[in-house]
Amino acid sequence: MTNKSTNSTGQVHHLRRMAVVWVIASIIGDILFSIFVAPHVPPGRLTETAAKDQTDFNILFEMALPVLFGVWIYLSYALYFWGDKRNSDVAFSGDAARSNMKTQVSWMVITSVTVLFLAGFGTWALVVDHGSGGGQGPNPAFTPSGSLKAETAALLGKATWSPGSKNILPVQVIGQQWKFTYRYPTFGGFESSQLYLPADTTIAFNVTSLDVIHSFWAYQLGVKADANPQVNDVAFTTTKDPGSFIVRCSELCGIWHGAMYNNGAVLSQSAFENWATTTEAANAANTALLPAFAWTYVPDANGAAGGYYPDGTLTPYSPSEVYGSKQPS
Amino acid sequence: MTISDERSTEVSGPVSGHPHNTRKLSWTQRPGLLSQNLLTAIVFGVIGYLIGHWFGNYLASGYSYIANSGQNSIANTLALAFGVVGWLGGIGALNYPFAKLFGVDGLEEESPVDNWSKYFRYSLDHKIVGLQYVVGVLLFMFTGGLLAMAIRTELLNPTTHIFSPDVYIKIVSEHGTIMMMMATSIIVGPLGNYFVPLMIGARRMAFPRIEALSFWIFTAGYMVIFSALPYGGFPTGWTGYAPLQTQAGPGMVSYLLGFAVIGLGMILAGFNQAVTIINYRAPGMTWSRVPVFVWSILATAALLTLATPVLFAGGLFGLLDKTVQTAFYVDEHGGSSYLWQNLFWFFGHPEVYIMALPGFGIAGELLPVFCRRPLFAYKVSAAGMIGVALLSFFVWQHHLFQSGINPDMRPLFMLTTELISIPTGFIYLVGMGTLYRAKIRFELPMLFVLALFFNFLIGGVTGVFLSDVPVNVTVHGGFFVLSHFHYTIMGGLLFAFMAGLYYWLPKMTGKMMNKKIGKVHFWLMFVFFNLTFFPMFIIGLLGQPRRVFTYATNLQGLNDFSSISAFILGFSFLVFFFNLVYSMWIKPEVAPANPWESLGLEWQTATPVPSYNFERIPVIMTEPYRYSEEGAPAFADFGPKDAPDSPTHTMA
Repeated sequence: MTNKSTNSTGQVHHLRRMAVVWVIASIIGDILFSIFVAPHVPPGRLTETAAKDQTDFNILFEMALPVLFGVWIYLSYALYFWGDKRNSDVAFSGDAARSNMKTQVSWMVITSVTVLFLAGFGTWALVVDHGSGGGQGPNPAFTPSGSLKAETAALLGKATWSPGSKNILPVQVIGQQWKFTYRYPTFGGFESSQLYLPADTTIAFNVTSLDVIHSFWAYQLGVKADANPQVNDVAFTTTKDPGSFIVRCSELCGIWHGAMYNNGAVLSQSAFENWATTTEAANAANTALLPAFAWTYVPDANGAAGGYYPDGTLTPYSPSEVYGSKQPS
Repeated sequence: MTISDERSTEVSGPVSGHPHNTRKLSWTQRPGLLSQNLLTAIVFGVIGYLIGHWFGNYLASGYSYIANSGQNSIANTLALAFGVVGWLGGIGALNYPFAKLFGVDGLEEESPVDNWSKYFRYSLDHKIVGLQYVVGVLLFMFTGGLLAMAIRTELLNPTTHIFSPDVYIKIVSEHGTIMMMMATSIIVGPLGNYFVPLMIGARRMAFPRIEALSFWIFTAGYMVIFSALPYGGFPTGWTGYAPLQTQAGPGMVSYLLGFAVIGLGMILAGFNQAVTIINYRAPGMTWSRVPVFVWSILATAALLTLATPVLFAGGLFGLLDKTVQTAFYVDEHGGSSYLWQNLFWFFGHPEVYIMALPGFGIAGELLPVFCRRPLFAYKVSAAGMIGVALLSFFVWQHHLFQSGINPDMRPLFMLTTELISIPTGFIYLVGMGTLYRAKIRFELPMLFVLALFFNFLIGGVTGVFLSDVPVNVTVHGGFFVLSHFHYTIMGGLLFAFMAGLYYWLPKMTGKMMNKKIGKVHFWLMFVFFNLTFFPMFIIGLLGQPRRVFTYATNLQGLNDFSSISAFILGFSFLVFFFNLVYSMWIKPEVAPANPWESLGLEWQTATPVPSYNFERIPVIMTEPYRYSEEGAPAFADFGPKDAPDSPTHTMA
């Protein structure tokens, strides 16, 4: 019994000292982080999505910092004061050292509450931000209003967008080894290797692939969606001011995966419209030869995935034999 | 005969290697080079390979990768599969099943000759298998580590390249695959096989032949995976995502078959461990007296047994796609590339806990020894491991948040993933509780355990970032996640493995590891591990995807810092290997019987451990870890020496 009373007073003493240091360090750490680091945390604030992703990251970090500090302070304290050279007491032992209901239960309650809060917060952020820029497959679960209408219109070739129209702009992203191309169904379905977007507009990226799995990562937009063959993976973002961004492939897709990137830009609405209509006209001859706009494309023998060569003879498949003069040379 | 009867009497079973055997030696028992050993395994393996390759070309010569090259998937698959069978036959793994098949009785597999050659044979002694595993995993680790050095060398400069992108991606893939497969066995294999029977007071594993088989399958699997490089490598990373897998060349067969082979070994090892722990505990070792290391191996065994079959099946589907043109993963023909992603990660996530749990077990086992006080919240630690093991089956789609699979399930997988940090947190409660008012001895194993707690904390906290879907959009598929899992696997598991080796090598070999060199090793490894991988969090946040041979030029500074640290980290392993050679052969120092003053059962028997482990099966008297407690009874009662039922007396 005497042993027990010294234990409990000892416990209060040590833990109180640690708690004071911990609270001070956590507050200072969080304040310094918020002022000096948080505004610069990737992916930046080029779009609504990116800004919200950045906020989520910062909130997680501000919660993580006290956890890290708590363990570090405890470990440092323990190693300093309870090393066998410095600590002249006998090591804490017996039943009291073996378990302590109060500590165990409070630990479990605190960790559970924290974790449930994080899961709830993450879900809330995911829902209100329409999937937070992540790929949501062909039937997105969390959508901005009007997206279904815009997507349907795009498929039927009836989508419209003009400066100030507030319409959602569907853009198709086609991954193939080893480049991304972009089709704009709103502008006759022309295909471009450049990605330009209008400012202050909600974009519905429709991401697909012609061969292997790629991942469309528009870093500063806060968008990442896997490009799967024969799957339309939809991701939403809402652009704000003009600015430039980089697109990288973030799923290993073969030899030149590392070199699969291009630059894109958010333009002012009028500049975008100007670019889109000009390019639509300039590319009209090529667009006519493209497959009709669709959410996914099955590569044929002449397509990106290649055909099977008959064994022994290395003569490639002849497209003109199969398709006649309709095919591009 | 009940199990407990068998425990106390059976010492002349297949494991004992008893000297009374006066029969003429059969050919399987001859000493040295004359019998089945590593050399015959290699010869039979090569013969099997050649037969398989011939047979495959005979069956399917018309489907070569390159016309008339003789390389086609069927030939490659059969060659490797026959090679594995030849390897197992050559080492002697098939003698017993075939003897049973043909009704031959009394086959003695164990050579009575007790010399170095036993380490190169098919041995049914769990201690020999344990040591074989030590060498096996170190070899595995060394290969993977060299590939890591190659990766960091390429990333020194974004524009000047050491390797072509083709070679680079194959190095990355091989590094990942080798390391992942090595890590599944790095503790369960060497330390689990060696110490679980000793720690539960058993004389052997439940299934000694399956134990030996799992080791020799593991080595075969290593060679199969490694054979990818001479075949030209595979470009898919360790994840092997499907359309790329279907598109890849001959090396892919090695990857798929290698997973199937190693998977088979993992299933066997796991189920053997589970049966041993459940059935072979000494009398008195109730579930609340089982050492935590054994708890961790039990939880791991459950994962090995239940998760690995999915990998096995996934690998076989891939092989069928590549050989007989099925279309499990081919979208154009009605398959789905999502199928592979689901199968792979359904295994892949429990897999990462297969790697983490034994590390927690070692930490829990070593802390009380070096804190000189009981383990805090023993039951919570066991519950934590079981909780992690259970939850790990329900989180796999968090690897696929951006893939377009099940968008409405993302909140659920975010929840389960974050829930898993609760039982993981138990391990920290136990660790920190045990440090409380302890008398910490800063011996080498303890330093590694403390480093584990430091590293795994960073790995765990960044895991929460990854599980948050909005944040995942930025950090998925980049260097952030790469750094995260190196912090958990290398910072957790590998540090635990080193702790375990420094702690238990004196028991396994009877020689102490040199403390001074060990400290140099520890500090180099700890500091440069963190300096290598911490910058990668920042590199990842700044937008560098994984597995790239080139990157944005503004990231060169951070990448170079990481690379140079990685080289020193690599050097720290050379220090370890030097220490191993120095302490074991150059200047061996005899280890005291119980150098760490542990109460653990494994330290209570003689060193070197006799083949029957314990003179008498101990009776467990009390809870483990009653350090610094006055008047605490001894953990186990070994009975009087030279009692009539000790194995030095012949039993009727």
